[in-house]
Amino acid sequence: MDQKGYRRGSFQSSTSDEDMLEIAGASLDFSMADDDPPLDREMGGFSSYNGGGMNGTSTMMDFLEEPLPGVGTYEDFNTIDWVREKSRDRDRHREITSRSKESTWALIHSVSDAFSGWLLMLLIGLLAGSLAGLIDISAHWMTDLKEGVCLAGFWFNHEHCCWKSNTTFTDRDKCPEWKSWSQLILGHGEGAFAYILNYFMYVIWALLFSLLAVLLVKGFAPYACGSGIPEIKTILSGFIIRGYLGKWTLVIKTITLVLAVSSGLSLGKEGPLVHVACCCGNILCHLFTKYRKNEAKRREVLSAAAAAGVSVAFGAPIGGVLFSLEEVSYYFPLKTLWRSFFAALVAAFTLRSINPFGNSRLVLFYVEFHMPWHLLELVPFILLGIFGGLWGAFFIRSNIAWCRRRKTTKLGKYPVLEVFVVTAITAVLAFPNEYTRMSTSELISELFNDCGILDSSKLCEYINDFNSTKGDDLPDRAAGPGVYTAMWQLALALIMKVFITIFTFGMKVPSGLFIPSMAVGAIAGRLLGVAVEQLAFYHHDWAIFSGWCSPGADCITPGLYAMVGAAACLGGVTRMTVSLVVIMFELTGGLEYIVPLMAAAMTSKWVADAIGREGIYDAHIRLNGYPFLEAKEEFSHKTLAMDVMRPRRNDPPLTVITQDSMTVEDVETIINDTTYSGYPVVVSRESQRLVGFVLRRDLIISIENARKKQDGIVSTSIIYFTDHSPPLPPSSPSMLKLRSILDLSPFTVTDQTPMEIVVDIFRKLGLRQCLVTHNGKLLGIITKKDVLKHIAQLANQDPDSILFN
Amino acid sequence: FCEFLFPQASMMFAQCTQKRASSVLLMVLLCCILPPLAQASKSSEDIRCKCICPPYRNISGHIYNKNVSQKDCNCLHVVEPMPVPGNDVEAYCLLCECKYEERSTTTIKVIIIIYLSVVGALLLYMAFLVLVDPLIRKPDAYTQPLHNEEENEDARSLAAAPTPSGARTNTVLERVEGAQQRWKRQVQEQRKTVFDRHKMLS
Repeated sequence: MDQKGYRRGSFQSSTSDEDMLEIAGASLDFSMADDDPPLDREMGGFSSYNGGGMNGTSTMMDFLEEPLPGVGTYEDFNTIDWVREKSRDRDRHREITSRSKESTWALIHSVSDAFSGWLLMLLIGLLAGSLAGLIDISAHWMTDLKEGVCLAGFWFNHEHCCWKSNTTFTDRDKCPEWKSWSQLILGHGEGAFAYILNYFMYVIWALLFSLLAVLLVKGFAPYACGSGIPEIKTILSGFIIRGYLGKWTLVIKTITLVLAVSSGLSLGKEGPLVHVACCCGNILCHLFTKYRKNEAKRREVLSAAAAAGVSVAFGAPIGGVLFSLEEVSYYFPLKTLWRSFFAALVAAFTLRSINPFGNSRLVLFYVEFHMPWHLLELVPFILLGIFGGLWGAFFIRSNIAWCRRRKTTKLGKYPVLEVFVVTAITAVLAFPNEYTRMSTSELISELFNDCGILDSSKLCEYINDFNSTKGDDLPDRAAGPGVYTAMWQLALALIMKVFITIFTFGMKVPSGLFIPSMAVGAIAGRLLGVAVEQLAFYHHDWAIFSGWCSPGADCITPGLYAMVGAAACLGGVTRMTVSLVVIMFELTGGLEYIVPLMAAAMTSKWVADAIGREGIYDAHIRLNGYPFLEAKEEFSHKTLAMDVMRPRRNDPPLTVITQDSMTVEDVETIINDTTYSGYPVVVSRESQRLVGFVLRRDLIISIENARKKQDGIVSTSIIYFTDHSPPLPPSSPSMLKLRSILDLSPFTVTDQTPMEIVVDIFRKLGLRQCLVTHNGKLLGIITKKDVLKHIAQLANQDPDSILFN
Repeated sequence: FCEFLFPQASMMFAQCTQKRASSVLLMVLLCCILPPLAQASKSSEDIRCKCICPPYRNISGHIYNKNVSQKDCNCLHVVEPMPVPGNDVEAYCLLCECKYEERSTTTIKVIIIIYLSVVGALLLYMAFLVLVDPLIRKPDAYTQPLHNEEENEDARSLAAAPTPSGARTNTVLERVEGAQQRWKRQVQEQRKTVFDRHKMLS
């Protein structure tokens, strides 16, 4: 096992684990307002523990009965023991149920314990919805701040500023209360100088916002950068990252997300909203003992919180639950399904009542048309799917290459400068083109929009023939000059977005990638849709069109093509399947478009999978070396457990502790000399028959506590793990019983067990380590890190890239 | 949000094992302020029915706003005065698109002001940490927390270690200082993991 140790500088190995020592050593300070305090040897043991502890008058029986504070907790960057956590929760539940028959108070306690989960979900939904409303309204306002300011009240954005005033039909967006910067400074809004001034102010504001964001992230909460979903996936699989879901991370992520989105960078807010929701979940867990003390239960709550996060991002509660199930969670019991749905609904309802967009919609780009589509249109939809898959694979490859370069070369040493340069490039390139100047959500909204009589945007400038209009149902028309201008501007926007997103995702500001990929897909879809529409208009006598698209009928809806394109690109990047389709269908509010969406999503997933196996989040997990055991892939090699176990042939033999013949000094020597996170306990060195497994952290805590609090424990005291103390001459010092920290049921496999079964056991049970026996005798140990390295080796990847344990 | 405006006070709170009480207070504050805000003060200027009518024959396009309830939000109630004679009204109204919109200016104002005050407070705190703090702590040789220090890490940790142990006077100021030091060290660790060693969040 190459696990980290406590002492700095005394570790002899020269593997990459050496770096981990620094993390372990310095993270031994405690975070009082955070999770359980980690152990800190340097600070002199127990006197600095705050969370209660043993008072000095406890007897030896108390010492044995009550668990010490710190026993059963985990260090930073370690994996939890799912089996232990689940059995602890069952014990707790059993105790409460048995005690509930004793008194009314105990009965109330048991009922409230059962309801605490639902109350927690309610609180998470409320908080997540409120924060999402805050983010939406602030981002909306700050995005418009780049262009001008409202004189009627600086807190209004453009749309709300012009709400009250009487606008004319032709000039629907202009009103006297809203002044662009050139109008404010120069007094007029026309002319070359005004344009340059507007350009300049736009760039300045964008730079200001992004610099502020990166400085806040760097100064207060460095964990708040990036998307957050890869790390949350790892946390939900059992990894511990202290501070990742803490208060400061929550505040900074919320604030800087608004700043990053408003600065015009090509990023979205959906991924970070999941992180924000999980932070809310983690913080609210501290209110309830049931969830505060148990890491496995807490992860159930975090799964539900992730569902609430996606639900407020898209206004899609069902899609959120499915996203949590498919993408984010590792174990998803059925109980969590119902609770996640509840949390997602509460969050969506809270957001709706805050009403950020003024029309009771939760998303800016809600689609309201229900035009029918024809079966022959499946061909362009599948083409869009192929485009989505190709773009997804291309994006993942280039983004990972760029992020790897950022990790390993000098580029990573200048994060603030990098953000500055990328924002400058984005702002300078984005302003001239009106489709990149507007915020990406608005762009998607405009692209999804079906052109009606009342739309005045360039994209809807068709040549109208008013005599044949019946109501609002416009037929297919020839494109006017506005449409042609819009087409080439959109093509330029597409190229720009395709390339700039590669450099933007992964920067040291909160960044999501749902919205940029949807934008790329929507642009491509709309272009294709308009092309098909014009083709059908000008060549309506061709065989493929004559059957169903007579002149004067409205058959092709370019907005639908944009939607399908958006779904295809999003699916190509993230490899979502069910959750993507459900989110898109909740966005459209109807079942008409399920078939095109599914066709595009499936095609894009197949094409993208043919090129590269992993989605963007799994690729980032692998890039960072997180110990995430992929649950979806089959292990198909024929290796055996003895090929993977440690010690290998040339290694020193397995370090074990005997059950009743080692002294305190011997055990301390072992702990100091090795860095393993646990030791098997055997009957004796000769027999090597297995008794159990004991964790390093528990050993250290117990021995230190015993040295301080128990009488007569010296370095030559014998430590025993059996029920009854071994017979010894009466002159020997008093013995230390540590049976309470011994795990009597460690998982074992024989050395001939195929690795596919071992990997399956690790996945299904969530083990950290597994002992290997041969003919009933202990032979070696397999840890999760060994399994990950083995899988990486067989996949011809670098096994040293698995960093954490 | 008081907790975030006064982080020292909040650290104190955490130490007094009123951590739970303060979290509950904060949650109650948040959850009970924002949703009722949304329903609060729906003043008459915050709802409207907006009808957009395109050009029709020789009449130019026009936008009509009127403050009516949702069930009265249609062309017949809102478009006044009707520009076309009686028999054309139906054809004209078919072209018009009416939407019911409502908003809450109070919510928007409150949220923007909350957001700006939090940003301002964070900026002030950052300025305090960068400029004022090192001057106060000159005897402690605690270097500025916002710069990456790979060389000074051992010196810094040794210098910072004596603070919590030893003579714990347990005064309010000492505890606040201790909490702040601990928080700074945490942030430092995070910064090293993310920015310097690139171990996480590439």
